[in-house]
Amino acid sequence: MSEQRVASGPLPVVPFLKIPQHGDPYLEGCVCSRCQSVFLGERLACSKCGARDGLASRPLANVGTLHAYSIVHRSFPGVVVPYVSAIVDLEGGGSIKGNLINVELDPKKIPFGLPVEVVYGDALGRKDREGNSYLSYFFQPRGETSRSAR
Amino acid sequence: MSDVYVVGVDMMKFGRFPDRTVPQLGGQAALMALDDAGLTVQDIEAVYCANLGQANGMVGQRILREIGQTGVPVVNTANACAAGATAFREAWMSIKAGVYDLVLAIGVEQMGRGLLGGGASSGISTEGLLGAGTMPAVFAEAGMEHSRKYGTTFEQFAKVSVKNHYHSTLNPKAMYQYETPLEQVMSAEMIAYPNTKLMCSVNVDGAAAVVLASERKAKELGMRRAVRVKASVLTSDPWQERDLVMADINTCTRNAARQAYEMAGVGPGDISLVELHDCFATAEILHYENLGLCAEGQGGALIDSGATTLGGRIPVNVSGGLLSKGHPLGATGIANIYEIAQHLRGEAGDRQVKGARLGMTHVLGLGTACAVHILERVAP
Repeated sequence: MSEQRVASGPLPVVPFLKIPQHGDPYLEGCVCSRCQSVFLGERLACSKCGARDGLASRPLANVGTLHAYSIVHRSFPGVVVPYVSAIVDLEGGGSIKGNLINVELDPKKIPFGLPVEVVYGDALGRKDREGNSYLSYFFQPRGETSRSAR
Repeated sequence: MSDVYVVGVDMMKFGRFPDRTVPQLGGQAALMALDDAGLTVQDIEAVYCANLGQANGMVGQRILREIGQTGVPVVNTANACAAGATAFREAWMSIKAGVYDLVLAIGVEQMGRGLLGGGASSGISTEGLLGAGTMPAVFAEAGMEHSRKYGTTFEQFAKVSVKNHYHSTLNPKAMYQYETPLEQVMSAEMIAYPNTKLMCSVNVDGAAAVVLASERKAKELGMRRAVRVKASVLTSDPWQERDLVMADINTCTRNAARQAYEMAGVGPGDISLVELHDCFATAEILHYENLGLCAEGQGGALIDSGATTLGGRIPVNVSGGLLSKGHPLGATGIANIYEIAQHLRGEAGDRQVKGARLGMTHVLGLGTACAVHILERVAP
């Protein structure tokens, strides 16, 4: 690991965030050809039906709806609060957790089922020991133009 | 197969003991349980020990160095917050299998302060970047899912904490003995909406231990104070749509409860009291429904009705629960066996549930392990 060089561009914050050389970043999941379940990322076999073959990678949708959330006011030292921790169901399958941005931090203003889109941006300035920066994903209400992470 | 009996059980008063070691705390509880059974460590054929903080540290064996190294088999269990119940169940199974007649299960934990959970999965910390992994937020999200489905309110969640703090004023072994009125709970520091600080379980040090016996041995020792284990169930989380991003605390609890009722041949209406896993106030309301204490969607109404308060139809967490008695992770699943046994033996003092015949314990270890036990009074 000590030999690791600083990458030329940002690294993905999770393995299922793909950064193609050309084109926009996207989230990758896999779908089971036997039971049609959709998962984030890869796995050895289908978690639902146990099928070992027929899991195929595919890009996940960049839009979805807000399933549940919490407004987090206290976290570990160094973590900027408050922020919204959100669980989003992506259109066409797959659920994902992340920060919901560009909303008022008031439970009355954050309705369940809110249509959201996935946006990509720098990982709040966080870098690893080698100095690499990371690309992360965020959710925001659909139709927001701002792409800033805060 | 022989029935299995609790013939001795005790717990130390929960608190913060930075000057003592984990084996000292566990050893103290073990000796208390042996005293309660009128036995010595030489009588014990096997030891099952639950601890998380030193899960690779052979805690059970180190406890025996404190109380007597008899050379018996020792099994250490780690299963998140279900570790204590897992040790109890392993002990139960060893007697069920006919291998032993008299075994000891111990749960012990020494906790720091602060938030549990979180953790990085890549080269940088993802806490507060990809949502929250802290336990208050994770269980807040589970509560919000319930709000979404049934309209459960912040106030209803907060009432759980009011109730459990009230209960703990009657339990001298609880960490805290003071009441927290609704206004105080709701205006306490918000940790992760809708969980305020007073709606989060207390990190404490503590230990509890229990002696289990076969029917033959229990009869030999005398059945007057014995408690029968009517059901012991452990489940993990079956596949759910949102598994990877939202731990499902509900399905494994429902499965465990259903199996436990079947095994015991009883229904929710037969249960006199419940000690359930109120790691956060939000969780208790979900588990009312998961354990069948009320109909689907009626958890909020159940706390409003007062039915789960001491004196109500189905008292829940009369000990003060994890919210006020405290939550020393590895000890929790045995401390709640102690609480139920106290009521079934008629020894629970000021908080005694009158005429208690059947009691249920429930713990949930995120990740996920769920254990449910049903205990029965033996004396007429």
